[in-house]
Amino acid sequence: MFFLIFKRFILGLVTLFIVSLITFIGVEILPGDACTSYLEREAFGEALAACIKRLGLDIPAHERYISWAYNVIQGDFGYSLSGQMQINEVLGPRIKNSLVLASAAIIIGIPLALILGIITALWRDKMPDIIISTVAIFSMTIPEFISATLLILIVAIWLEWLPGIVIVPTDVTFFELLPNIILPVIAIAMIMTAHMARMVRSSVIQVMASDYIQMAILKGVPYWKMVFKHVLPNALLPAINVVALTIAWLLGGVVVTEVVFNYPGLGRLVIESISNRDLPVVQALGIILASIYVSINFIADLLTLMLNPRLKTLQTRK
Amino acid sequence: MENLKNIFNENPKSSLEKVLDIISTMASKPSGFIGLAILIFHIILAITSPWFAPYDYKAINPSLMLNAPSSEFWFGTDSLGRDVFTRTILGGRTALTITFFGSIIALLWGGLLGIFCGLVGGRIDDVVMRIVDAFLSIPWILAMLLIVSLLGTTTEVLIPALGFFYGKGIVRVARAATHDVIAKDFIVSAKARGHSNISIIWNEILPNVRDAILVEGAMRWSWMLLGFSSLSFLGFGVSPPTPDWGLMISNARGLMSFAWWAVIAPIVGLSSLIIGINLTADAFAKALGIDRSTKAPV
Repeated sequence: MFFLIFKRFILGLVTLFIVSLITFIGVEILPGDACTSYLEREAFGEALAACIKRLGLDIPAHERYISWAYNVIQGDFGYSLSGQMQINEVLGPRIKNSLVLASAAIIIGIPLALILGIITALWRDKMPDIIISTVAIFSMTIPEFISATLLILIVAIWLEWLPGIVIVPTDVTFFELLPNIILPVIAIAMIMTAHMARMVRSSVIQVMASDYIQMAILKGVPYWKMVFKHVLPNALLPAINVVALTIAWLLGGVVVTEVVFNYPGLGRLVIESISNRDLPVVQALGIILASIYVSINFIADLLTLMLNPRLKTLQTRK
Repeated sequence: MENLKNIFNENPKSSLEKVLDIISTMASKPSGFIGLAILIFHIILAITSPWFAPYDYKAINPSLMLNAPSSEFWFGTDSLGRDVFTRTILGGRTALTITFFGSIIALLWGGLLGIFCGLVGGRIDDVVMRIVDAFLSIPWILAMLLIVSLLGTTTEVLIPALGFFYGKGIVRVARAATHDVIAKDFIVSAKARGHSNISIIWNEILPNVRDAILVEGAMRWSWMLLGFSSLSFLGFGVSPPTPDWGLMISNARGLMSFAWWAVIAPIVGLSSLIIGINLTADAFAKALGIDRSTKAPV
């Protein structure tokens, strides 16, 4: 089992290494280097030379990659072009803000998804299932920016209950942030919950149809005891990995949601750095977002391994 | 018994009949029927709308700014005095075209690479899957935005870029589907007969994994539409004054406290199309006997 965990960990590191290569090569082969695309029309003479010097664009690409990777491992992403700041200083508060948003959405979303998923599965094709599943289909298919815009229009503009747009400085404290994040959290949690609830539903339905549950029914095990002791443990285990993938997939959606609400998190930084053509920041964001994705998946693997006695000895291959 | 009947059937069904069979199975359930109806409506609308659009979509008229819906302007006018109804019925054309061709590209390269990896296995498979995993872990939006901002937002950039980024998930599905059939007797005997890899892929594997890949492709289409609209919304998709729902929502959003019609019309257009494609893809999966709901949206 430890070998398995170790193997997953190494695979995660390999993935991150390839990501770093991809982002580096990607920025390298796309037309225009960091300096010319950032300076645009002023890209000549002294300004260009100074920029090239500062980013080290005059040394060969492979050496630059090695020194960049070496610094990144030590947690130093270098300098941002637009703010003339260390990228770490730019990233710090943004990561904190996005973390607040994401964890709030996860804390609300996962329990809600479990409850809704189990309800819809146990009352399959009855009224509760039909209503919840229909709402779920709507909330997971409609793009984030549409549900967010509608939330602002209805809750903030027509009902005037909550502020529609977040107008706070980047380094705001948690309690000042709280009333501002309610709508973004709802927007993100809605989609996440819908995806996960649907997944839990079909997983529970599958287990309910299995032989050992039929056996339990025939033996006369009380219904709720059967649900909690036999169905749920078996149904929720495979759900962990999919929940992780769903959370990771939402990283992209969070970008859009943050822009709609003007929320000062990592997502808006993605748009800002790309609009400013601040390629060093884009590179750093690529690595950070990929690390989040890889670690969420790794944690999910760990949880599955620890909770599933059958996997302790079995070599699994994806 | 059913299988036996098919084996001894003198007149096997033609492929057209099979397609009609699948469509009628899809339409037999209310959700599938609604999905198909919405999708067909949108496709017909996208093809025919230039002939009955009442106004010019790019005609700017300052005296008609932000008019409420009326008998003259059914959905009102936007902040530049353009007719919202005209722009809404035209707004799906670019998105549908780009994502349709993008999905085909995604299906082709993702499906073939996945089948190839599943068949060959070994070192090549390991390396390719590592790279696919790495691409999966970079958020699509970051990569797409970077490409589009450096190469421009023309159709020639958007179609291959979207096709590439939405194909990597298909690689996994196609590979897994190939693994399911690879150990079966007919593949083993084809190998024993000395068939080449290409012949095995084409004649033995493809017919068996086609359903899974097509269902995945249908689903990718709706995600790609979502992705493309998000790009437009962020200002990295089609460029103005081309009517596009994502762009229209983004432009009208700032003024929606008093001109809600300019934002609601494109929202209804885009949402209904995405829901239509989703319902159709789900019904398609069910008609082919594939359960999609246990998968994550990667």
